[in-house]
Amino acid sequence: MPADTVTGTSVPMPPVRSALSEPGWVRILLIGGALLFLALFLLLPLVAVFAEALHRGFDAYWTALTEPDAVAAIELTLIVAAISVPANLLFGVAASWCVAKFDFRGKNLLITLIDLPFSVSPVISGLIYVLLFGLNGLFGTYLRDMGIQIIFAVPGLVLATIFVTFPFVARELIPLMQEQGSDEEEAALVLGASGWQTFWRVTIPNIKWGLLYGVLLCNARAMGEFGAVSVVSGHIRGETNTMPLHVEILYNEYNFVAAFAVASLLAMLALVTLVVKTALEWRFGDELAATRH
Amino acid sequence: MSLRRLTLLAAGLTLAWLGVAAADSKDSLLNVSYDPTREFYVEFNKAFAKAWQAETGHVLTVKQAHGGSGKQARSVIDGLDADVVTLALGYDIDAIADAGLLAKDWQGRLPNNSAPYTSTIVFLVKKGNPKGIKDWNDLVKPGVQVITPNPKTSGGARWNYLAAWAYAMQANGNDEAKAKEFVSRLFKNVPMLDSGARGSTVTFTQRGIGDVLLAWENEAYLSLKEFGADKFEIVTPSLSILAEPPVAVVDKVVDRKGTRKVAEAYLQFLYTREGQEIAARNFYRPRSPELAAQYAGRFADVKLVTIDQFGGWRAAQEKHFSDGGVFDQIFQMGR
Repeated sequence: MPADTVTGTSVPMPPVRSALSEPGWVRILLIGGALLFLALFLLLPLVAVFAEALHRGFDAYWTALTEPDAVAAIELTLIVAAISVPANLLFGVAASWCVAKFDFRGKNLLITLIDLPFSVSPVISGLIYVLLFGLNGLFGTYLRDMGIQIIFAVPGLVLATIFVTFPFVARELIPLMQEQGSDEEEAALVLGASGWQTFWRVTIPNIKWGLLYGVLLCNARAMGEFGAVSVVSGHIRGETNTMPLHVEILYNEYNFVAAFAVASLLAMLALVTLVVKTALEWRFGDELAATRH
Repeated sequence: MSLRRLTLLAAGLTLAWLGVAAADSKDSLLNVSYDPTREFYVEFNKAFAKAWQAETGHVLTVKQAHGGSGKQARSVIDGLDADVVTLALGYDIDAIADAGLLAKDWQGRLPNNSAPYTSTIVFLVKKGNPKGIKDWNDLVKPGVQVITPNPKTSGGARWNYLAAWAYAMQANGNDEAKAKEFVSRLFKNVPMLDSGARGSTVTFTQRGIGDVLLAWENEAYLSLKEFGADKFEIVTPSLSILAEPPVAVVDKVVDRKGTRKVAEAYLQFLYTREGQEIAARNFYRPRSPELAAQYAGRFADVKLVTIDQFGGWRAAQEKHFSDGGVFDQIFQMGR
C-alpha cells in the first residue's frame, strides 16, 4: 500500500505555491513598512545632519570647516587613521595567516584575544592606556623623565584607536583564508617558490578583496571612534581633538552649524564607505561570500 | 607599494609630530579650565597674546581644554600637560597639589585667594516662570524637575549643592538633620546628572528637560544671550553662595617646559583692568572695586555665604562629596 503512494503518478500533487503568491496588500504593507522604518531611522537623521549644517548657507558651512580648530581636527583624524589602519592591516594579515594556515597550541586563545576589543566597552579601552601610560600609571614616571608624552597626545590617540579597530581586518580574513585552505600555498612551495613569493603571488591575490573590505571597515571605525579617544584625548582644542570629539565641543558651545558641518563630513565618510562596500560586494560577491557566516 | 615603506611612513609621521609638539612648546600655554569659561577665555587669550607680544615680541598661542572641573583635575593628575589650571573650586586644585604637581600653599600666591573673578549660583527657568519658582524651597515641591550636574565630577554642581545646604541650614535654624532632609528632597527632583555644567545647560535649554536649571550666574546670562531673553529668565534666590573659581600655575609642568614666566604673566593679567573688564563682559563678577561699580547694575544684589562657613574646601569636600559622604547618603536615600 505505501509503495503505491510513493510510486503512483495518479496521486495529485499539491499545486506548487509561488513564493510571491501573497496578496498584493501584504507585499505593499511589508515593503512599505520596511521602507518607512529605514526612512525614519536612517534617512531622516542623515538629512537632518546636512540640513542643519547648511541652514545658514554654504558660506557658513565652508567657514565652519576651514576654521583652524576644525582643520586641525580633520588633520588629526587623518593622521590617526593613517597610522592605525596600516598597523592593523599588518597585524590582521599576520594573525589570520597564522590562524588559518597553521595549527598550534593556544590558537583558540589567540582568536578569543583578537575578538576582545569587540566585547570591551570603549571607555575601558581608553582607561587601560591611562593606567599604563598616565603620570600615575605603570610607566608614567619613566616616560615623564624621558620627556615622552603618550596620554593626552597623538600617540595615546593612536594606541586607543588601534586597540578599538584591532579585530576588523583579522575577523574579515580568518574565515576567508580558512575556507581557501593551504592547498595552493603548498603547491607553490612544491614548485619551488620561496616563502615571500608564495605570500605575494598566491596568498595576497586570493585575499585582496576581503582585505580591502576589512581595511574599509577598520578605517571607518578609526575615524569615527569617540569613546576610547575621548578618555585619552585631554580635549585640547586644535591639538588633541579628533573630528568626533570636535563635534561634541562645538555642540556644547551652542555652535550648531559648525558642529553639524563637521558631523556631515563624518556622515559623508560613512556614505563613501557604504558605496565602496556595496560595490565590492556586487563585483566580488563570490570571493567575499566566505566572510559572511 | 611595499608594506615596509608604509610602516616607515607611519613611524616617520609620528616622530615628525612629536618633534613639532616639542619644538613649539616655548611659545604656547595650555590652560585647563572648567566648563562655562569657554567663551570668556577665548576673548581673554586673544587680549593676553596681544599684550604679551607687545611686551616681549613673542608670538603666543594659548590652547584650551574644557570639561567638568573634577574631571579636568583628574586629567592633570594623570599627566595632561597644563601650564595653568583655572578650575571651578579650590579643592580641585588642592587635589592636584596633593599629587605633588604644585606647591600646597598655591592659594596664597595670588590676590583674593587666587580667585580673580567670582560668581554665584542662580536659577534659570522658562520664560514667564510657569512653575512659579522664587526660592530654594520651591525646588523641593513635588512635580518640579531640577537640572544640575553631578557634584562628583562638576565644580558648579558642588557650589549648587552647598548653596542649597546653606539655605536649608539658615531656614531650619542650623539643624543639620533637617538640612540633610531638605537637600535629599531636592535631589529627589533631579531626573539626571550630567558630568559638567555645560552638559546640564544643554540638557535644559536645548533638550527642554526640567523646569529649573541650577546654574552659574555667568552660564545663566550666557544662555539668555545665546537663546534670547524671550525664552528663559533668571531667578535670583534669597540666599546663595560666593563661588570663587581659583587659578594656579602648575609648578612641575612649567618648570619642565620652561614656561613659568609666561604662565605667571598670564594669570596676573586676569587681575589687570583689561582682564577684569573681559571677565565682567562675560558675566563674571570682577574683583576690582572700580569695575564692580561700573558693572553693578548687571549683577543682582544677593546675600552670599562663603565657603568659610563650611570650614573651607577641604572640610566641605571631606564631609559632603567624599565616598560615603553626605551627598552619597542622600543620593542613595533618594533613589
